[in-house]
Amino acid sequence: MTAQTQTRTTASEAVAPAPSLFSVRDLRLSFPDLARKPLLGAAPRNEVLKGLSFDIPAGQITGIVGESGSGKSTAGRVLVRLLEPDSGSVLYEGRDIGHLDESALRPLRRDLQMIFQDPMSSLNPRHKVWRIIAQPMKRYGLGGTRADAIAALGKVGLPAAFAERYPHELSGGQRQRVGIARAIALKPRFILADEIVSGLDVSSQAQVLLLLKQLAREMGLTIAFISHDLSVIRHLCDRVIVLNRGEIVEQGSVDAVFRAPASDVTRTLLTAIPLPELDPDWLS
Amino acid sequence: MADITAAAPRRRARRLNLRLWLPLLWLGAVALAAIFAPLVAPQDPLMQDLMLERLPPAFMDGSEPGYWLGTDSLGRDVLSRMIHGARIALFVSLVAATATCLFGAALGLVAGYFGGWWDRVISRLVDIWMAFPPVLFAVLLVAVIGTGLTSVIAAIALIDWTRFARVIRAETMVQARMDYVDSARIGGARRLTTLISEILPNVLPSIIALLMLEMGIAVIVEAILSFVNLSISSDDPTWGSMIAEGRNAIHFAWWVLLFPLIALFLTVLSFSTLGEGLKQRFDPVLQ
Repeated sequence: MTAQTQTRTTASEAVAPAPSLFSVRDLRLSFPDLARKPLLGAAPRNEVLKGLSFDIPAGQITGIVGESGSGKSTAGRVLVRLLEPDSGSVLYEGRDIGHLDESALRPLRRDLQMIFQDPMSSLNPRHKVWRIIAQPMKRYGLGGTRADAIAALGKVGLPAAFAERYPHELSGGQRQRVGIARAIALKPRFILADEIVSGLDVSSQAQVLLLLKQLAREMGLTIAFISHDLSVIRHLCDRVIVLNRGEIVEQGSVDAVFRAPASDVTRTLLTAIPLPELDPDWLS
Repeated sequence: MADITAAAPRRRARRLNLRLWLPLLWLGAVALAAIFAPLVAPQDPLMQDLMLERLPPAFMDGSEPGYWLGTDSLGRDVLSRMIHGARIALFVSLVAATATCLFGAALGLVAGYFGGWWDRVISRLVDIWMAFPPVLFAVLLVAVIGTGLTSVIAAIALIDWTRFARVIRAETMVQARMDYVDSARIGGARRLTTLISEILPNVLPSIIALLMLEMGIAVIVEAILSFVNLSISSDDPTWGSMIAEGRNAIHFAWWVLLFPLIALFLTVLSFSTLGEGLKQRFDPVLQ
């Protein structure tokens, strides 16, 4: 109950200018459309992000929601700089990281971690779990021994025996926990969680979300949580950004957006949430 | 919380894998024969004795004890020549295939992962290279830099690196799109580190399979070059030169041709089967 009130307070604070970890202005990104490339000359470009402006407040969980193809994953990948924007600014703590090259990004990467949608693909099938977790730690001088990896596994509720397993020997939920362990082992400030529960069954989903929420609170993490599922966003996030076709149609605190959705897109997404209670007349 | 119980990893009871062990058995025997050739061979492979010419193998009438697989038209022991021939065959296949593999796979990895300018240059080079007829290329090369073991090895490496470059490039491109490559970037890995410690282990089974295939091909190419007398001197026993000599006497001394041919066939077949077997054996996902 106390936790509940606490979350509510942070959410209402967000309306007032809270310190932003990320401040994004007029972010634009396009990819070449090779299917329509003429025989000679450059391919026409597909605009994926059409001028996004949003803030990610420090210490909060911001949901980014939208249908597939709305550009939510692309926007997230710009934040952790797996993609470089065409134009616009991506301020991380006041510094524009939008066009830094790979060597300038490397020191920043420790703070900007990511958990991927498909852990089967994001965990190297040839490496044992402990090595997957320990390698980035070693790069940033945070240890990187088997024991360090086992400690990180403990934080996500996996026993030490898992350190010697290969990813394909784990279940979907266990794999996603390893993905979380890898990210938090670096003690980052920000984690991008890209559709991290969409491949899991409902009970593993709930466990993974609970774990993420608890870790975020313990470590004071800022999280951008990408999902197409508003019920998950409602459960987890403080703020929400709704994307449609590369544009922001609505943003604000989760409470405000769910109470009075301002755009049709949000209303459509809301109607897609399964109802929590049964219709009392259902049987008669 | 059934999700996190530490159940023992599934390990399928390993059946004896014949695709792995049969080729290993044959290649092991050939390798031992090659290494200890002077000890194993019953006769001197170069010793001619016209009194003993075209002796049939031991299981036929008119054979002499000590000449298990008969003799050729100069009275040289076929088995001993085959055993000494295995030395050259294995040496060429090992050195040539490894050189080819290192060169071709490195280019394939670089082209497939770094893409862009690297890929354009390497891919065009492969295209141009493959437009030359390979056998002509080999013969030309040996003719220019002279016969001998070194030129045979150089010829094989110079012709066949494109096979590795093409296949490994394609495989690398598939792997480079996997999320674990992005994960490595997020984890602060440099590009070259990502290529070597993340992508290479995933491409390695294909490299090993190709390497084994290439060893088989190297044995064949060496035999072909011996057959047309472009390998080492014709006195030295090689399987190819034995087949070439046996061809003239096939009607009355078929064993001179047949036994080296069987050895060649089994060796090449073993290499390619072993390649597939190893690929399966060392893939943790397929296991």
